Amino acid sequence: MNNIVSLRDITVEFDDEKILDSIDLDIKDKEFITLLGPSGCGKTTTLRIIGGFLTPNSGKVIFDGKEITNVPPYKRNVNTVFQRYALFPHLNVFDNIAFGLRVQKLPEKEIIRRVGEMLELVNLMGYEKRSVNKLSGGQQQRVAIARALVNRPRLLLLDEPLGALDLKLRKEMQIELKRIQKSMEITFVFVTHDQEEALTMSDTVVVMKGGHIQQIGSPIDIYNEPVNSFVADFIGESNIVSGAMIRDREVEILGRRFECVDGGFGANEHVDVVIRPEDIKVSAPSEAKLTGIVESTIFKGVHYEMIVDACDGKWKIQSTKAVEPGQEIGMRFDPEDLHIMKKMEEHRR
Amino acid sequence: MKGISSKAAAAPYLIWMAVFIVVPLIMVAYFAFTDESGAFTLDNLANVAQYSNIFIRSIWLAAISTVICLVIAYPLSYMLSGMKAHTQSTMLMIVMLPMWMNFLLRTYAWMAILGNNGLLNTLLGFFGLGPYKLLNTQGAVVLGMVYNYIPFMILPIYSVMVKIDKSVIEAARDLGCNSVNVLFRVILPLSFPGVASGITMVFVPAISTFIISRMLGGGGNLLVGDLIEMQFLGNSYNPNLGAAISFVLMVILLLIMTIMNQFGEDDTENDRVLM
Repeated sequence: MNNIVSLRDITVEFDDEKILDSIDLDIKDKEFITLLGPSGCGKTTTLRIIGGFLTPNSGKVIFDGKEITNVPPYKRNVNTVFQRYALFPHLNVFDNIAFGLRVQKLPEKEIIRRVGEMLELVNLMGYEKRSVNKLSGGQQQRVAIARALVNRPRLLLLDEPLGALDLKLRKEMQIELKRIQKSMEITFVFVTHDQEEALTMSDTVVVMKGGHIQQIGSPIDIYNEPVNSFVADFIGESNIVSGAMIRDREVEILGRRFECVDGGFGANEHVDVVIRPEDIKVSAPSEAKLTGIVESTIFKGVHYEMIVDACDGKWKIQSTKAVEPGQEIGMRFDPEDLHIMKKMEEHRR
Repeated sequence: MKGISSKAAAAPYLIWMAVFIVVPLIMVAYFAFTDESGAFTLDNLANVAQYSNIFIRSIWLAAISTVICLVIAYPLSYMLSGMKAHTQSTMLMIVMLPMWMNFLLRTYAWMAILGNNGLLNTLLGFFGLGPYKLLNTQGAVVLGMVYNYIPFMILPIYSVMVKIDKSVIEAARDLGCNSVNVLFRVILPLSFPGVASGITMVFVPAISTFIISRMLGGGGNLLVGDLIEMQFLGNSYNPNLGAAISFVLMVILLLIMTIMNQFGEDDTENDRVLM
């Protein structure tokens, strides 16, 4: 697949503070890519650079092989769904969606046809004459999506579009957005701080922090093979402990040696080891290398979540069987459940 | 408890309204429809007709002033709303500053500038031009109105413009608008409520002014305000006719404002929903 957008060495500074620090990113045509990170990580800034609302201090934006770093937004074949929708309060649903087509001065007949298609796509038939101020949050969201897509952009930018919706509606819109992206065959660049949302919807996830890209990969890669403790911690729940590699496929944590499946580190190199709570198996204390005292047990629906005090640290364990607090348990895990990561470089905060 | 106290709190205002708004209106109407002896008559209203040229002149000059104010104030407010917060407050201060000076003083200053031996003609004289008749013209009256009333146009338009969501403007640019398109398709329609109240706030005082027309217009450019003043304080003392002229002026203003409101109805409805 071809790259539709490439960012090359993009740096953005505000008041001497680096918001983006030489970012390189390739976005493939027709993929659903998510920029994921905590607030202030630079994900929205990256989006605004692609949209043309912000010119980077240095670096290049390449769209479909052509450099567009200094091209204003209205000349880019890119549309945006804004965080708080930014619908035009003086126009009704139809006129909001038709806005881009009217600017292009298309014949009214075609406008009516294309707006009709969009209303159908986002399930808002019959709402044409409604004032946008009288719509619910979810309906406003749909108008915002239709208003952007009616222009048939090659690329749709979505800036935390589901942030203002309640959980149930958010789940519905996640599926809806994915369906729209598949049926329209256009590239979606989605910004969110919600890791679950990112894993559910994306083909590719870009994890960002402090103006740097931490990891780019498929949701499965990001979850199973986080490159550092930040990514591991941000994506899903995890127990992260310091350790040292003894040799390939053997790691020492908490004074005990464990078999693992990773290699390629230096001898005695200090590493971070992540163990997902669902990968820890509860056993009798005598059967495990690690034992601990259960501190609390909470019922979470699908499983119980237990906090276990072991080796001077708190461990999070998810298990379908509950253990009474105060009891001693053994904790076991398979070699492939230990994910070894390089220690985070300090300058990456 | 709360109901009683809020009613009590409203009482002074209700009394104020009754004494200073309703009673004077009734008195104006009473004088307009009675003669000196207090008997009912329509003669006063009929007599107003002979001053129709003054009414037309008043409406015309007030309309021109309002349009000029709008033409100057709109781009100015647009520029203001786009400036940094700090610069905005400084600029607003400069706009408001002349209003802190006495109204009469400001208007006298224009007499000194525009007079035959005034500042402007003296200046032009250096280049061998003039002297031109600047004072005592309709132009001078319009200038005086624009100068005095333009803050009332700038403030409402500006306050509506700063409230326009910046992301809506970004959305317009995203959807293919260049700056001109953004102005005509988004900012103009969204700022209309401010324009409507600016027009009202300039047009109403401009149509009934009398000091500006007397000082800058000379005797030849009488406006309705001068006419009314003459009936109460001048040689042609006739409070009944004065009341009748006021009454007609009120009716005319009411008509104009009703038409204005019809025009902007959609926007006010949207505003209500937004709140």
